[in-house]
Amino acid sequence: MTTGANRWQRFADWDLRPLRLDRFAAEDPENGFSAFRGRNDPQASLAIEDGRVTVLDGVPEARFDMIDHYIARYHIDPSVAAEAMAIPAAELARMLVDMNVPRTELTRLAHGLSPARLAEAVANLSALEIAFAYGKMRARRTPGNQAHVTNAKDDPLQLAADAATAVAFGFDEIETTVRVSRNAWSNALACAVGSAVGRAGTLFQCSCEEAEELKIGMAGFTSYAETVSVYGTERAFIDGDDTPWSKAWLASAYASRGIKMRCTSGAASELLMGFHEAKSLLYLEARCLCLQRAIGVQGTQNGGIDGAPLAATMPGGVRELMAENLIAVWLDLECASGNDARPTESEIRVGAKILPYLISGSDLICSGFGSILKYDNSFNPSLLNGEELEDYLVLQRDFEADGGLVPVEETRVLELRRRAVDAVSAVLEELDLAAPEARMKESVVVASGSDDTDSFTPRQVALISEKISERGISMLDVVRALDRRGFADEARNLLFLLRLRVSGDYLQTSALIRQGRVMSAVNDPNDYAGPGTGYRMSEDRRRDIVGIRDVLDRAEVLRTEGTFAKAEGGRIRYREMGPAQTGDDPGEVVVGVSPGFGLKLFRTLAGHPLSAVLKEIKAGVEERGLRLRVVRLLHTADTSFLGLSAATLSGSGVGIGLQAKGTAVIHQRGRLPHNNLELFSNAPITSLDHYRRLGSNAASHALGELPDPVVVPTRGEALGSRHHARVALIYAIETSLTRDGAAPQEIEIEFMEAAE
Amino acid sequence: MTTRPFGIPDYPLAETCPGEVRGARGLSLDELTLERVVAGEIAMEDLRITPQSLSRQAEISRAAGRPTLALNLERAAEMAALPQRVIMEIYELLRPGRAKSEAELISAAKLLRETYGTFKLADFLEEAAEVYRRRGLYMGRY
Repeated sequence: MTTGANRWQRFADWDLRPLRLDRFAAEDPENGFSAFRGRNDPQASLAIEDGRVTVLDGVPEARFDMIDHYIARYHIDPSVAAEAMAIPAAELARMLVDMNVPRTELTRLAHGLSPARLAEAVANLSALEIAFAYGKMRARRTPGNQAHVTNAKDDPLQLAADAATAVAFGFDEIETTVRVSRNAWSNALACAVGSAVGRAGTLFQCSCEEAEELKIGMAGFTSYAETVSVYGTERAFIDGDDTPWSKAWLASAYASRGIKMRCTSGAASELLMGFHEAKSLLYLEARCLCLQRAIGVQGTQNGGIDGAPLAATMPGGVRELMAENLIAVWLDLECASGNDARPTESEIRVGAKILPYLISGSDLICSGFGSILKYDNSFNPSLLNGEELEDYLVLQRDFEADGGLVPVEETRVLELRRRAVDAVSAVLEELDLAAPEARMKESVVVASGSDDTDSFTPRQVALISEKISERGISMLDVVRALDRRGFADEARNLLFLLRLRVSGDYLQTSALIRQGRVMSAVNDPNDYAGPGTGYRMSEDRRRDIVGIRDVLDRAEVLRTEGTFAKAEGGRIRYREMGPAQTGDDPGEVVVGVSPGFGLKLFRTLAGHPLSAVLKEIKAGVEERGLRLRVVRLLHTADTSFLGLSAATLSGSGVGIGLQAKGTAVIHQRGRLPHNNLELFSNAPITSLDHYRRLGSNAASHALGELPDPVVVPTRGEALGSRHHARVALIYAIETSLTRDGAAPQEIEIEFMEAAE
Repeated sequence: MTTRPFGIPDYPLAETCPGEVRGARGLSLDELTLERVVAGEIAMEDLRITPQSLSRQAEISRAAGRPTLALNLERAAEMAALPQRVIMEIYELLRPGRAKSEAELISAAKLLRETYGTFKLADFLEEAAEVYRRRGLYMGRY
């Protein structure tokens, strides 16, 4: 004990938790630190004269900044504005959560709502209501997900392997970026090739400088773009080196080349850029989102994005991220709903952040799930990363929610990684870009992250990238190279992506590719109208999603036990001696073992052989000068009744109940079944020494003493999660062997010793 | 020849009329095969979307209740015919402080209207020119 302590130790404990690495900020509306209530947030208002907006949220036309102008001109539809603006915010909020108000009615009204009114309406909703409304309002019925695929070395072999891996886990879109900007072409080629392994249709983007990104798209390497950022204040916009008109120009430019595009905006970007105008995160986002609809992009990457960690420092910040996403889908935009930049060091906050999106679904649940390890993420770590991907798969299974991913078998992943590395190597060789060596390839196939690879150096990558750019290599060259080297499937898959841009079908809202077909808000519209409607997993999809690895079943338990049977056969012999009698020896303690003990089941949950457990109990009894008698009970497998039955047969009146899984009890004749002397319920952490002391204490009770109970110390392990599946299966095996009214059997045990 | 606008039942075009969807040099989707790529008969130009397909997608967007997306696709339909260089130059000109006077944007609009016949894009630039003047954007930033 520390003397002189004047602080509750618990606070010192809390100081050491990862949560305390997060720094929280005070609410300060003057300085832009307010999620919902900025000092300068305007009252919603709209005036229209001769079909022209003359006042928008309190600002007269003469004082419109660029953003006001663009929203007034292109977002507001004067033909619905009067009707829509007449509906109070609270009523709009109720309509959002009313399953009887169709989504299409709300998206129609949104064309006439000002940014402030949209913000006021969603601010009325609790986090739960926002999640519900989001599930109803998102544009495409079927949910999807997007992965980041990057690595710390910009290594093309690893990019290809990790892209193929992400595709196998089911991501609909893959986004890469660069550590070194001149590596963009190499990264694009490598990810594109990797994403074509296994199946066709995963959309791919390479986030880099705006003009360079468009060129890479024109050369056919990428199929979409999303890092076209917009901001909610004019000064932030200008510092972002664009205007609404330049962004709109870019949007049309991508479409004109048949390339899918969405804009990006997220809470707190204006705050980070120093021009927040003392307005709330939500109001500024409402402006960004109206602007994006006005520009005519099909969708948005929205929900904090790079500003999410800052938003999450504020009270209500996470609810605000959900609220802005709701505005995005209310405006009928595809929503790649953030959940990317990791906003916390607390795993609890991570899990809480993702859950509403997982259960409500989203066009792209993460706009960058880090499919690679945290340190390999060139965007910075995501909310969820390669380390945690299996946690996410289990969350899907827990909630029977389609988060866009599916488990993949270990051997399948390895095959795909090898195929991807071979394919990209063939392209690099065939186009005379580089000559990967066998050791490089092998190191990448098995590596979890770039720390474990022995592959290209960043300098070599820069040379590859410059050659691709200088020689004007296009995706068609890559297709031909793959075909020449026998990768016809991959060649065909890449050509499939190129052909998408000819029809432009995936330029429509919320488009992704499933089973070789474009699926968008046009042909797969969200039709949620209450229970039983909207997206429901098919039986096949459910089977895929719940099919995680390494699950227990009865056959597995019996098979595992079978492997112990032989070893136990060499250590102990049980001899059936006929019906057990009630003893009259006051010096005996009877242990009643369960029906499957030593017959079907051979070790405790802690892994101790049952022979060793019996040996220790016997030694414990004998060290107090008493004797142990063993009976097998066949009418019950329950610990309490095993113990009480054994006690009833015991000459001393004290008995021990012992299940095969190791749970034990000391009982006494005449007590109520569940009112025992000592219970050893935590079998997984019960040691052989505990069993010896159990035997000793049972003997003490038989001698009329009151021994110190044996304490099996727990350190707070979630023993239920670790063991209960096996416990239930084992116990079912035991109970299946019971017969009502079956008499106890006397057992003679003999411990076998081999010569040294 | 029907003038009915394209609508939701026509979507996706690649499935409803693959023979009619053609790349910029006239090959239909059905003709864009791996065999032709391998034989060197297909260039990136064949994989470029046409103004016609973009206009049809715009009609579908409008039918689906998305008029602003339709406007964007209509601008894109005009842009599909513009050379990449012109697209990039005008993008640059539209960024803050690149144009030093309204006249630069007006003259780009004139080029779009008179040389390329892209009227929507020209109007769009003229609108920007006016707002940029009002908001003081003709000012060098570096």
